[in-house]
Amino acid sequence: MKEKPDVPQGTLALMVLKTLDVLGPKHGWGIARRIEQISGELLAVNQGTLYPLLLKLEHEGSIASEWGASENNRRARFYRLTAAGRKQLQAETRGWEQTAAIVARFLNIKAEDVA
Amino acid sequence: MKSLRRFFVRLSNLAMGRSAGQRLQDEIAEHLAFQTEENVRAGMAPAEARRQAALKLGPAEAIRERHHAEYSIPLIENLLHDLKYAVRVLLRSPGFALIAIATMALGVGATTAIYSVIDATLLHPLPYPNPTELVRIQDDLPGVGAQGVGISVPEWRDLQSSGIFQSAAISGTGANVNLTGSTQPLRLSFKQVTPNYFAVLGVDAQLGRTFDPHDNTPGYNLEVVISDGLWRREFGADPRIIGKALRLDNDVYYVVGVMPRGFRDQGATSDEQNVELWLGAGFSGVPFDPPQRNHRQRSRVVLARLKPGLAVATAQGRLDALVASLTKQYPGDYPAQTAWTVRLIPLSETVVGSIRQSLILLFGAVALVLLISCVNVANLLLARASGRGREIAIRQALGAQRTRLIRQFLAESLLLFLLGGIAGFGILFFTRNLLLQLIPASLPHLNDISINWGVLAFALAISVIAGTVFGLAPAFLMSRFDLVGTLRQEGRGSSGSQERSRARQILVVSELALSLVLMVVASLLLRSFWDLFQVSPGFNPDRVMAVQTWLPGPNDPTADKYLTATQESVLLREILRRGRTLPGVEEVALGDQDALPLGHSRPGRLPLLREGIETVDNQAPVIDSPIVSPEYFHLLGMAVLRGRVFSDHDLEDTPQVAVINEAAARTYWPNQDPLGKRVRLRLDTRGLVSSAPPVWTTVVGVIADARTESLADAAIPQIYRSLYQRPSKGLAIFLRGQLDPSAISSQVRAQIQSIDPELPVFQAETLGDVVSTSLSVRRFSMEMVAFFAGTALLLAGLGIYGTISFLVNEQRREIAIRLALGAQRGTILKMVLQRGLGLAAAGAGLGVAGALVVSHLMAGLLYGVSPTDLPTFASVTLVLAAVALAASCIPALRAMRVDPITTLHAE
Repeated sequence: MKEKPDVPQGTLALMVLKTLDVLGPKHGWGIARRIEQISGELLAVNQGTLYPLLLKLEHEGSIASEWGASENNRRARFYRLTAAGRKQLQAETRGWEQTAAIVARFLNIKAEDVA
Repeated sequence: MKSLRRFFVRLSNLAMGRSAGQRLQDEIAEHLAFQTEENVRAGMAPAEARRQAALKLGPAEAIRERHHAEYSIPLIENLLHDLKYAVRVLLRSPGFALIAIATMALGVGATTAIYSVIDATLLHPLPYPNPTELVRIQDDLPGVGAQGVGISVPEWRDLQSSGIFQSAAISGTGANVNLTGSTQPLRLSFKQVTPNYFAVLGVDAQLGRTFDPHDNTPGYNLEVVISDGLWRREFGADPRIIGKALRLDNDVYYVVGVMPRGFRDQGATSDEQNVELWLGAGFSGVPFDPPQRNHRQRSRVVLARLKPGLAVATAQGRLDALVASLTKQYPGDYPAQTAWTVRLIPLSETVVGSIRQSLILLFGAVALVLLISCVNVANLLLARASGRGREIAIRQALGAQRTRLIRQFLAESLLLFLLGGIAGFGILFFTRNLLLQLIPASLPHLNDISINWGVLAFALAISVIAGTVFGLAPAFLMSRFDLVGTLRQEGRGSSGSQERSRARQILVVSELALSLVLMVVASLLLRSFWDLFQVSPGFNPDRVMAVQTWLPGPNDPTADKYLTATQESVLLREILRRGRTLPGVEEVALGDQDALPLGHSRPGRLPLLREGIETVDNQAPVIDSPIVSPEYFHLLGMAVLRGRVFSDHDLEDTPQVAVINEAAARTYWPNQDPLGKRVRLRLDTRGLVSSAPPVWTTVVGVIADARTESLADAAIPQIYRSLYQRPSKGLAIFLRGQLDPSAISSQVRAQIQSIDPELPVFQAETLGDVVSTSLSVRRFSMEMVAFFAGTALLLAGLGIYGTISFLVNEQRREIAIRLALGAQRGTILKMVLQRGLGLAAAGAGLGVAGALVVSHLMAGLLYGVSPTDLPTFASVTLVLAAVALAASCIPALRAMRVDPITTLHAE
């Protein structure tokens, strides 16, 4: 049986940061749902793995969290991006774009280009 | 930055004992509620919606664990937990803990003690900046078998300008000088050094300055640098000492600087290091000989500092090229057959000297003791495992992972080993002054030995390493309990611990083997020492004392009242005459310092030019050449074999005569009669300027070989000359008779100073003491190794006792059944003893093989006994077998007395 590939290290963190950047403060399920919608099958199972990651990002100071009321008035823990997190997001975005550009150029290479 | 912040947040969570469990639980509950709602909205039945939500969330327990791991630092958390538990476990069996800790304290303490000696001597031998750049330059003439022939001034200048060195300095080897003008004339050890000497070493004065490295004064520059010790002792630490005039050997020198307190000169012995005066000298111009390329001074040592970053091997390559071009340029000075070579030796190697092998042997011995201690403790740990079978099985049954159990056991053994290590270090620290007294004073760098942070780090490091290595195997075996079997058999004398029992036997066999190796080494050293102690030295040291004096040698030879042999002989005859009048004295003789048997570290060797064979110094072999008065041979009981010894009528103006020993006759005149042969010895006397060519010296007598250089060397060629023909500045006065060792020094001083009040008198010692001091390092290493071997034997005995007891305990049931079925008690005894002897035989076999390897490696330290000495090996094996048998006896007797009824009932 072929297993679904793990989300590459750091990718999920980037997705979390981006989600919070675009949508503002969100609770855990909201973030998971959002990532699931955008990335398709990637986070379809094991949504729970999000929580240790959120804690790690919080320890690193990229996000902060507090209890609040959800849209349907339930008590939920809301995560928001901090200034440090925004900077980290920008840096990592640049990094990703560079890497992606290089890989893309490489994959598009044709024999006559290098001949 | 980020990870640091994360680490501190986690650390503070750990320290404060905070937990995020509740928060996560709440969040997950919310999460599930949200997801269930959505699933319901998507049309699922509520129960199915909840199920799907949970599925999507993933395994809650794993998430909780990872969340917790992120919240705190699990590694440290578990370690703390394990340690807490380990402390509780150890407190529950204090007897076991005490024995294990004491064993490790012994092993680690002894190893650390030896390490502290090695740290000061082998590892940090040079108290100078950038010590790796420092080298000693040695000239050899391998073509004629001469080593360390010294260097000539032109050669030194070539080295200076070679571009290989930052700077190269010449230093004379330590010698004596008389400081007069204070209350009592003092003999001080001084060194004449080129002015760049301190610049090469890289040490500056604490007061005033050292010499100007660019000073080119040809003779002595009349500047003196003094040691901190002399400054405090003789000048009361006077801060205005700079510029003060000192009268040394009747010449006036001016103090320019005081070296810092910790400064020691380079050298292998404390004598060489305790230089108190440094005189700046150009080594050319009066009183030195004019600089000639072939005029080497054997007593000169060349030190140099390599250009930064230049490896010794690279520098040696460039030096070889220089030597080759010089040999081509001056073929007359460097005859091809002598094969002149110049060697670079890292200075750190030369200052440790012959002690290296002994120290490495000691460290090896103590490492074996450490190993045996570790094995013993590992054995104890395993023994305890059988008592803890139930605990381990229950923990496994409750779901403890194997790695978790191993970690737990490892924490216990680490705690034990560390406590042992700390205890050992503590004992060492508080007994250090006592232990230092055991070390012979002749050990180099004795004063540098200290129990410092580095030594503590070493003790902790070996405790941790030993704890990990020797804790791992027992932990591994202990965690491998057969769960069901153990729980079922518990309380019925389990026999399912085959693996552990085998492990224990392996441990005990290795312990026996290791201690056999140590015992063989100790016995071989003991035999060597004993043989040396019993060896007939060829001279009779009984009832002989030697006292030394030193005649001044001023730089201007015309000011020297003891310049010629005729001038000096007046003094010598007066010393001899007055010496005979002292109470109890029967015989008196004189000699130079080389004539002091076993009492000098560096023999003065001169090139020996035989008539018709060698023509220039550079071709000649070198030979020891003591200078003695006619009475010397009789006083020391050295037998004349042929010809005659010196008489009072061999004087400066009569033909020069020499007496050689048998070894010299054999080596230099094989199958010939040496009597009447003529030789020349190159002159090598400080302050002697003579343009006349040395005259021929005739061999007039042959004496029997005596071990005056080293007790271990039977026959070193020697040529003796008469003090009446060849003056010497250093004098040893030998007295035989019923002497009072405490009074002799002042008696001799009174007599000598009534002849010449400016002569110092020092170092009165009995020859018996000199002989035993010459063996002190050997005695020390022999005693230490013997002590280690004894410890090892004790530990091995305990080990085999423990293992056999364990085996007997495991087999109680079997023994009881055998007895119940009618086995003889004697048979049971034999069975157990056989077990013990079997282990001993295996250990002895392995040990003998190991001992053979080790004894060949240490062959250089042995004397008079072969590394494969059969009696030694046999007796040591017997002793080991006897100890093993005795240690097995107690459990064997216990096995014999097993009462079948009670034993079988109890199960």
